[in-house]
Amino acid sequence: MSEKTILKFSDETAAIAKKIVARYPEGRHKSALIPLLHLAQAEFDGWLSVPAMDCVAEFLSIQPIEAYEVASFYSMFNLKPVGKCTLEVCRTSSCWLNGAEDIVRHLEKKLGIKEGQTTADGMFTLKTVECLGSCGTAPMLQCGGDYYENLTLEKTDKLVDSLRAEGKARVYTNDNPVNID
Amino acid sequence: MGKKILLANDHIEGIRFLDTYRKHGGYASLEKALKSMTPEQIVEEVKTSGLRGRGGAGFPTGMKWSFLAKPEGVPRYVVCNADESEPGTFKDRYLMERIPHLLIEGMILSSYALGAKTSYIYIRGEYFYVARILEQAIDEAYAAGLLGKNILNSGFDLDLYVQIGAGAYICGEETALLESLEGKRGNPRIKPPFPAIAGLYGCPTVVNNVETIAAVVPIVNEGGAAYAAIGVGNSKGTKLISASGHINKPGVYEIELGVPVEEFIYSDEYCGGIRNGKKLKAVVAGGSSVPILPTELILNTAAGEPRLMSYESLGDGGFATGTMLGSGGFIVMDEDTSIVKNLYTFARFYHHESCGQCSPCREGTGWMEKILHKILHGHGTLADVDLLWDIQSKIEGKTICPLGEAAAWPVAAAIRHFRKEFEDFIRNGEHVNDVKHYYRLNNLTAPIN
Repeated sequence: MSEKTILKFSDETAAIAKKIVARYPEGRHKSALIPLLHLAQAEFDGWLSVPAMDCVAEFLSIQPIEAYEVASFYSMFNLKPVGKCTLEVCRTSSCWLNGAEDIVRHLEKKLGIKEGQTTADGMFTLKTVECLGSCGTAPMLQCGGDYYENLTLEKTDKLVDSLRAEGKARVYTNDNPVNID
Repeated sequence: MGKKILLANDHIEGIRFLDTYRKHGGYASLEKALKSMTPEQIVEEVKTSGLRGRGGAGFPTGMKWSFLAKPEGVPRYVVCNADESEPGTFKDRYLMERIPHLLIEGMILSSYALGAKTSYIYIRGEYFYVARILEQAIDEAYAAGLLGKNILNSGFDLDLYVQIGAGAYICGEETALLESLEGKRGNPRIKPPFPAIAGLYGCPTVVNNVETIAAVVPIVNEGGAAYAAIGVGNSKGTKLISASGHINKPGVYEIELGVPVEEFIYSDEYCGGIRNGKKLKAVVAGGSSVPILPTELILNTAAGEPRLMSYESLGDGGFATGTMLGSGGFIVMDEDTSIVKNLYTFARFYHHESCGQCSPCREGTGWMEKILHKILHGHGTLADVDLLWDIQSKIEGKTICPLGEAAAWPVAAAIRHFRKEFEDFIRNGEHVNDVKHYYRLNNLTAPIN
């Protein structure tokens, strides 16, 4: 048996987390669970490992199971490792009417993976997701906090190429730190 | 041109920021309310306005507010539902990213009217950048003394926070939203008690949609009667419509309730007609949950009257020949659209989004998705259509929250109005796999817009 991994928030993240906890009435700190799981996912490689969820539970003084049951309910929380950039292509009605399926097939071909998979170099994960509220600018995909709308095959190619050239991880809170102050 | 109330200034550069917003009359309602109106008077104006919940259910807002319990010494909460997730709906996102202060002003007014000292805007996690826009606007409001202690020297205190979700359609249901805001899974609560009695942290709570809360601003400013003078019948005021699908001008439009559907689809002021000169086949008028209607029934009622964009007119004929205004998610489909495949994307959506609490919904949504998948891949039988009908009828009305109905209605309506298409799809199964995305496949290689 290997030693149990223990993760802790960086000082910077812990400071943000503390401010979030202060938004709720006395004794209602559990309300901070979802925002803090987002912080943990951003800090710990874009996914929520058991130690990452334990870190949040410890911070909020709640039982680890309370963090697990919430993390496993919401689709934005990744319970398995993901690539640096997760391409989340919307597939619901309006996006489908406007060719979302073709975007997905094109990305599968270009990246050499199937939806739900991650490229061997760990750069991209391809996901299909349900309606992201971009129906008037369909088809679209989300990567990190950014929406890429009115996609064409050409625009999709350009996006993938530029993300690859950049080589940086795209997660919700790293690129766009929550503006608390 | 129809009268615009919420989006009258959406084109003004910098309207996102406090200075510009105030220059164009922003926070005048709040000043008026805090200086010259009691909370009860605001509730009365909202009642007079005839405003109905803009999230989809259309429940009268003033009545919802009047149900709020006010026990001594117990905090009350106003929570804004910005979880906008109904497929086809993107109006709240538009409003929040363009004019965040309109929502914030509405939140302050509503909180003052209802006696809340702490309020939350619960926004879907995917709208992360919109949450940042709201947070920046809230910071501006605090700095200007519009939030915090003793707002505009009125003695009224309010703290307002943005809470982000994490991807769950069900959290748009108000009790699931409250569970989520308390840091739990988004499982809807059994009602009663309603949130007005026991909502957030067990305290009396009002949950209202973004557009509903924003509408409180002009109602306070101009008076409820002026708002009620707009619209038709019991559909008062304006409504934001999210228009998408095969139209020339997708986008968010503010309409005076009562605009004819035909005008909305074909006029250049709104959708600008069907793309590529195609014919209209069907419309989902109020977000994915509401019944789809074929051309003849969306343009005119069964009695031959022109169908209007209003709660009553869209509902005319019940579900046999009518539909609902819902959230205003208006999805237009041209003659090449496969109703079966579109329904599959809806069924897959509801299966994915069912919280799993009630068996009819948890099992039924998955079963319907499986059957539609089978039909789509050429393995369907004619009996499957009856089976789909049977399953949907056993979900409706048998679940804790309306997600059951939301999943059942689209299936029922697609079969009701397009049964023959299902049967053709099944009979000609071997050709089905060749169905491509029609003209869009070619268009996708060229830039759009």
